Amino acid sequence: MSSLGPAFLGLLENRPQHGYDLKHVYDEHFATQRPLAYGQVYATLSRLLKNGLVEVTATETGGGPERKRYAVTDAGVTDVEQWLGRPESPAPYLQSALYTKVVLALLTGRPAEGILDVQRAEHLQQMRELTRRKADGDLGDQLICDHALFHLEADLRWLELTAARLDELSGEVRGR
Amino acid sequence: MTRPTPRDRPRPEDTDGPLLTAYGLNKAFGLTQALSTASLSLGRGEIVALMGPSGSGKSTFLHCLAGVVRPDAGRIDYGGVDLTHAPDPRLSALRRTEFGFLFQFGQLVPELPCVENVALPLRLNGQRRRPAEREATRMLERLDVGDVARKRPGACSGGQGQRVAVARALITRPRVVFADEPTGALDSLNGEKVLRLLTDTARESGASVVLVTHEPRVAAYADREVIVRDGRTLDIGGGR
Repeated sequence: MSSLGPAFLGLLENRPQHGYDLKHVYDEHFATQRPLAYGQVYATLSRLLKNGLVEVTATETGGGPERKRYAVTDAGVTDVEQWLGRPESPAPYLQSALYTKVVLALLTGRPAEGILDVQRAEHLQQMRELTRRKADGDLGDQLICDHALFHLEADLRWLELTAARLDELSGEVRGR
Repeated sequence: MTRPTPRDRPRPEDTDGPLLTAYGLNKAFGLTQALSTASLSLGRGEIVALMGPSGSGKSTFLHCLAGVVRPDAGRIDYGGVDLTHAPDPRLSALRRTEFGFLFQFGQLVPELPCVENVALPLRLNGQRRRPAEREATRMLERLDVGDVARKRPGACSGGQGQRVAVARALITRPRVVFADEPTGALDSLNGEKVLRLLTDTARESGASVVLVTHEPRVAAYADREVIVRDGRTLDIGGGR
């Protein structure tokens, strides 16, 4: 489930806002790679409105386009509270592809160690970039980068363990 | 007459070439072959992580590079000096003046207050007590542990003690810092602070760092990694 909707609800809980301001507050706190597209902002607000999680409290017409001010409803507050309390499902994401590569290499008589070495170098390169970004960033950037760094480190631990067990794995794969 | 400070002594010529190069190092302890044709090229101001599992030979490699252990075969070139054949007094002088050391447990002298621990390498180089301690105090303040200057290491937290150890490793403005699992005994947050201080201070002063670690998050502070496996080195790459 996307976290954009609940994030909007939480930000609107602080104070009612226009879509334009909401996008900027969101970008400031959460957009690490690229800012939100306006289309995405208004599509999300329209969905929240349809589901009764936000309401329009004012519509301003000036020289430009019509501007709506959004506020969170009681149902919206309940929704964000439920979202915050619900655990995210832990998703193993890399191992399946890499595991297949390693087993396939062993099955076809190719050196699997090289696959692990290349992957390790790639992971460490990304970790270096995140570490540099962390050094230049504010606390929010640091927390986001740390999250990614710990995930990459978990992959690398798996790689090291697999590298240490290659002989054992090779025996099993070939014995099947 | 005061003896020359490390900065006054002749140093390796500044050239574009690497500062430290090791070729084909072998080292055995009894029947155990700890290093086997291990090689490394360390640029000026470069931070390189030596990574590998326990027992892979990475600490032995570090000790050879730092002139602490003599390899059985191979050559280590530091600014035109062959460390593998350099006499012991020459190696001791290099370790005191050109190299800095940082270990997992700080290895501070427990009887001495932190400021004296940090001033120790300067005192060993013949610097008088007061200027040495003034410099040590400045370094401790720079590493944000000025408040423990008069405390003994036993009265410091693990993170503070390791920062004091960083100060001691950098006080002589070494050309190369050898760090062996420098954050291995610290929690994530303190480990990160120590690493940032070590790498930032080394980069500011243009020092090179050889960082032994088995932790990827520590290695990520380096410019590149060299994998040590069964005593052999595997340089896959990485870049700034």
